[in-house]
Amino acid sequence: MSEAKEYKFIGQRTIRPDGYEKVTGKANYAADLSLPGMIWGKILRSPHAHAKIIKLDTSKAEALKGVMAVATFADLPSVSNEAIESGEGATDSLDLGRNILARDKVLYHGHAIAAIGAKTEAIAEQALALIEVEYEVLTPVMDVRDAMKADAPLLHDDLFTQGYPEQPEKPSNIAARHEFKMGDVEAGFAEADVIVEREYYTPTVHQGYIEPHACTVNYNKDGQSMIWCSTQGHFDVRASTAKLLAMPLGKLKVIASEIGGGFGGKTTVYLEPVALILSRKSGRPVKMEMGRDEVFRASGPGSAARLTVKVGAKKDGTITAMKSTMAFEAGAFKGSPVMMGCMTSFTPYNCPNVYCEGFDVVVNKPKVAAYRAPGAPQAEYGAEMAVSELADKLGIDQIEIRLQNAAKEGTQTIYGPKLKSVGLIECLEAAKNSPHYKSDLNEGEGRGLASGFWFNVGGQSSVTINMNPDGTGTIVEGSPDIGGSRASMQMMASEELGIPLNDLKPVIGDTESVPYSQSTGGSRTTFATGMAVIEAAQDVVRQLKERAASLWNVTPDQVEWSDGCAINTAGEGKMTCAEICKKNDKTGGQITGTGNVNARGAAPSFAVHICDTKVDKETGKVDVVRYTAIQDAGKAIHPGYVEGQYQGGAVQGIGWALNEEYIYSKDGVMENAGFLDYRIPLASDLPMIDTIIVEVPNAFHPYGVRGVGESGIIPPLAAVGYSVGRAIGANVTDLPCSPPRVLKLIQNNS
Amino acid sequence: MTKIHVTTSINGDETEFLCEPHDTLLEVLRNELNLTGTKEGCGSGDCGACSITLDGRLVCSCLVLGVEAEGAEVGTIEGVGGADKLHVIQEKFLEHAALQCGICTPGLIVSTQALLAENPNPTEKEARYYLAGNLCRCTGYDKIIRAVMDSAEMMRGEA
Repeated sequence: MSEAKEYKFIGQRTIRPDGYEKVTGKANYAADLSLPGMIWGKILRSPHAHAKIIKLDTSKAEALKGVMAVATFADLPSVSNEAIESGEGATDSLDLGRNILARDKVLYHGHAIAAIGAKTEAIAEQALALIEVEYEVLTPVMDVRDAMKADAPLLHDDLFTQGYPEQPEKPSNIAARHEFKMGDVEAGFAEADVIVEREYYTPTVHQGYIEPHACTVNYNKDGQSMIWCSTQGHFDVRASTAKLLAMPLGKLKVIASEIGGGFGGKTTVYLEPVALILSRKSGRPVKMEMGRDEVFRASGPGSAARLTVKVGAKKDGTITAMKSTMAFEAGAFKGSPVMMGCMTSFTPYNCPNVYCEGFDVVVNKPKVAAYRAPGAPQAEYGAEMAVSELADKLGIDQIEIRLQNAAKEGTQTIYGPKLKSVGLIECLEAAKNSPHYKSDLNEGEGRGLASGFWFNVGGQSSVTINMNPDGTGTIVEGSPDIGGSRASMQMMASEELGIPLNDLKPVIGDTESVPYSQSTGGSRTTFATGMAVIEAAQDVVRQLKERAASLWNVTPDQVEWSDGCAINTAGEGKMTCAEICKKNDKTGGQITGTGNVNARGAAPSFAVHICDTKVDKETGKVDVVRYTAIQDAGKAIHPGYVEGQYQGGAVQGIGWALNEEYIYSKDGVMENAGFLDYRIPLASDLPMIDTIIVEVPNAFHPYGVRGVGESGIIPPLAAVGYSVGRAIGANVTDLPCSPPRVLKLIQNNS
Repeated sequence: MTKIHVTTSINGDETEFLCEPHDTLLEVLRNELNLTGTKEGCGSGDCGACSITLDGRLVCSCLVLGVEAEGAEVGTIEGVGGADKLHVIQEKFLEHAALQCGICTPGLIVSTQALLAENPNPTEKEARYYLAGNLCRCTGYDKIIRAVMDSAEMMRGEA
């Protein structure tokens, strides 16, 4: 299939079609839309991590001149525990409602309580100070170990652990327990000659998109309304907002602005329903923007996790058993990605005896959101650290132990199916042959290597391609473009149609202009929306052939399509796409191709990263001196943006491993809610990130595409963590490897 | 509160605006003058998305008051490149795929222009340190640095 195929556009490094607007500042993001008569919305946030709301009085605020509307939980009509589809799974709509406007309790510092709509931002802020709230302050629960204790203060008195055969009698902070197993893990450990067992910790981190959440909305008196916002899935914003406000979907138009980063964090709603309430009450368009502080305190984070990992192997390196017990923080409401942690943890290994147990635990932190391969970086961090240590104990090379036990086609997964064709072995071989792995380390440096597995998803995508009378066309898709996907859509459509790239313009339609498409998440866009583009383009080609046939008075099967032209095989004649489109009024009117897919066959993308670090023994500061990211793309449509995904994932993972963490006071107040103190990697922190694109085609995609967006964030945690441990000769278990923590390890060691 | 009248030059155009004494130049640019190419990522001078030049000096416009623009020369992303042509730096960002979501891009381009005005021949390390005030969460900086180094070479006339 795709190996044999010659491509004209696929695999080129084209200029992205949305690029001009982005380098000139003309592209419009969430905060860039203002409307006539618009007012500003601001949110009052909890000063406590855990408290009951005894009294909430907004009357003084409402009386302030210039205040036009107030919103509280009471404005959310009859939300229930009904599940609504969103981003990367289903969300409980009552939880969602209580997260965007607290009901009877505040569950984290920064939890939204009420919102004000006023003529200016300054008036709205003044009004917030006039809202009177009385609290009964409760003890915050900030770590899964404390939260899981029998006598822990409860966040929710109606939360009973799911996942046991019988519902427990008493409520707890454990929302769910998940168990996955295959083979006999105890028998596997009995066979092992060497066993590694350790506890690991990964901190609460934020996706760290540079664009804060923002929206501009308008509610008309007839109920027709509009939301302009930055989101990975505007259909999900529509579904969630309509559910919370009891509105019909057909009355709500959501326009996805350009999105300034998401990484999973923009798959839910925070401001949009609140702004719409303020607009309904005031009769004015409303704009809301979060400050960076609010982004940290009340959106995002990725789960902190505590893991106990045990792996065993025979002397020859055969891994005989792997076990992990993991507890993930869900934040204030249930729904951490711990189940996906269980499913991904050991999938890079072909081991018959595996056991994973996971706990979803609520704590007094913001409700977690998806973060790039949700659950996998945490779970696979522990697994990869333990395997790395196992290899060292056995005296086996890091790549060799992974090759020897590598998952491949036919390997049984813990979550059900056997793997189809995958490229882990190819990635490991590429790592082994890389200049990086063959290079020697300098004095004081350490090297780590780790694998990463992520499923990737498919799902529903819809695309129409509208051909214009001059032979150009518009590709209307419903997948917000977070990292350059419009370039790949343009390339795929051009490949099928055989017409120049710039003759086709991809646009993201709003929820009224394009049929339903799932959100940009799960590394699905280039795969699934790409399939819809290919299908729509093929539909256009079919119609162009029919139109040409009617002009030539032959049957469509006598027409061939080649290089952007119809060829008459029954006689003489060749017509370009433009010539056919020009005559569309004589041949049946508008030519529009459609592609509607519910894509199956998304194939995993394995990644292998190599990291060299150097540690300053006096300060504990770690520098990444060399880094290589290797990953299977199936087929890279635009290699530049594929590499960009590898590099971006790697650097987010480096940040997670080295610096990033939510730091809390004993009262549960985040103390580093800004980019100065929550330190994401800077240009000056990093070396070049070398990449190797491995291509093991996915048989279920016309060009062999695998999603590439997420796997790259998984290996860095252990690749960096293990390299630091080797550089200082100590066992790293807890992330981040920030200077104080590394210094302590050095001091304990000496 | 009485608004203050400010006369300034923005990208070479004489501009007048009214602002509150506490309004930042970023707020004025975005909300009063509709120059939304300058982005807000943090409002505290930590991310560089709002980078502009003020009398030729690179600053975060969120840390400058609107009134400070009085009599000054302000340069924003809207002033980079010509009416019909992109600036070399803009072209190189596109060529190297040095942007993904693009929210940090205007600030990075303004900062790169300032870097190359000060130092036409930076080392990779100098470029990385000069641009350390411009956060990008998508790219890992690799392709940005390549675009910057390539721009420098082009602008020196060496490529």
